[in-house]
Amino acid sequence: MTKNWPLWEVFVRSKNGLEHRHFGSLHAADAAMALENARDVYTRRNEGVSIWVVESKDITASNPEHNGELFEPAQDKVYRHPTFYDLPDEVKHM
Amino acid sequence: MILGQRLGELCGHGPNLETDIALTNISLDLFGQTRSYLQYAAKLKGGDTTEDDLAYLRKEHEYKNALLVEQPNTNFAYVIARQFLFDVYHLLFLEQLCNSKDDQLRAIANKSIKEVKYHVRFSGDWVKRLGDGTPESHEKMQEAIDRLWPFTNEFFEATGVEDSAANSGVGVVLKDLKTGYFRQVIQLLTEATLTYPEQVYYLSGGKEGRHSEHMGFILADFQYMQRTYPNMTW
Repeated sequence: MTKNWPLWEVFVRSKNGLEHRHFGSLHAADAAMALENARDVYTRRNEGVSIWVVESKDITASNPEHNGELFEPAQDKVYRHPTFYDLPDEVKHM
Repeated sequence: MILGQRLGELCGHGPNLETDIALTNISLDLFGQTRSYLQYAAKLKGGDTTEDDLAYLRKEHEYKNALLVEQPNTNFAYVIARQFLFDVYHLLFLEQLCNSKDDQLRAIANKSIKEVKYHVRFSGDWVKRLGDGTPESHEKMQEAIDRLWPFTNEFFEATGVEDSAANSGVGVVLKDLKTGYFRQVIQLLTEATLTYPEQVYYLSGGKEGRHSEHMGFILADFQYMQRTYPNMTW
């Protein structure tokens, strides 16, 4: 039975105001069970205030073989980081 | 406490990792709640009594649990049926205990009720899944309900202690919970395409200390450390 259960990815928001972060994955027969399993597996130590689950097959992932053309061209383009500005002291949290 | 021990036996043996953790979480919730009650009881008893004395050093007939919770983990359907039949009662009981005249009991009830709401949701969902699942899961779930049903009425048969607690406003009037309990349980069973036995010889006695044959084995495991190494602590 377990073998037939699809895989789900679990995202947990640890505090209000923060974004949901990927916590891990688990098996479940459907979305409702995935949510309950996620609650039991990933939030039993007070890790979260909100859970998203999504079936792993619904996630489209980039192919590691394509990393060259996808990501490497960005490595030598430091000018795309907005780090060349002098920030006034009054601006905080940047 | 006894149900917590029963569920604890499944630790590492659940049908899969997720369900194993879920059942163990419920077990730990129940032990946590038990500690609150026993700490309070030990304080009321006074002297040198500790929560551990009450948990580990009573004799079999001094445990006053309902017979349902000591029934074995025959298979997953039994585990779920036992849990569901207990959880619905437990929640109704705690809802009333929230009105207790005793501050401490009211506080424990208020804290426990959130945990138990989740227990009801978990076990109820599984009853529906198995009951309304495959022919095999339906058959096993039905068998478990049929076999455990005779233990349900004991919840509402008040013992002398429970009567006097209810009369003084500290405890709960158990017979008032009965109609709501069976309505709620039967409604969910119907949703799960399950039936319940109409002709039943109800069993009781656990709350008076007369236990089923399983209780001694549970206590043998449960009390082993304290009996072998008296006064040991963690």
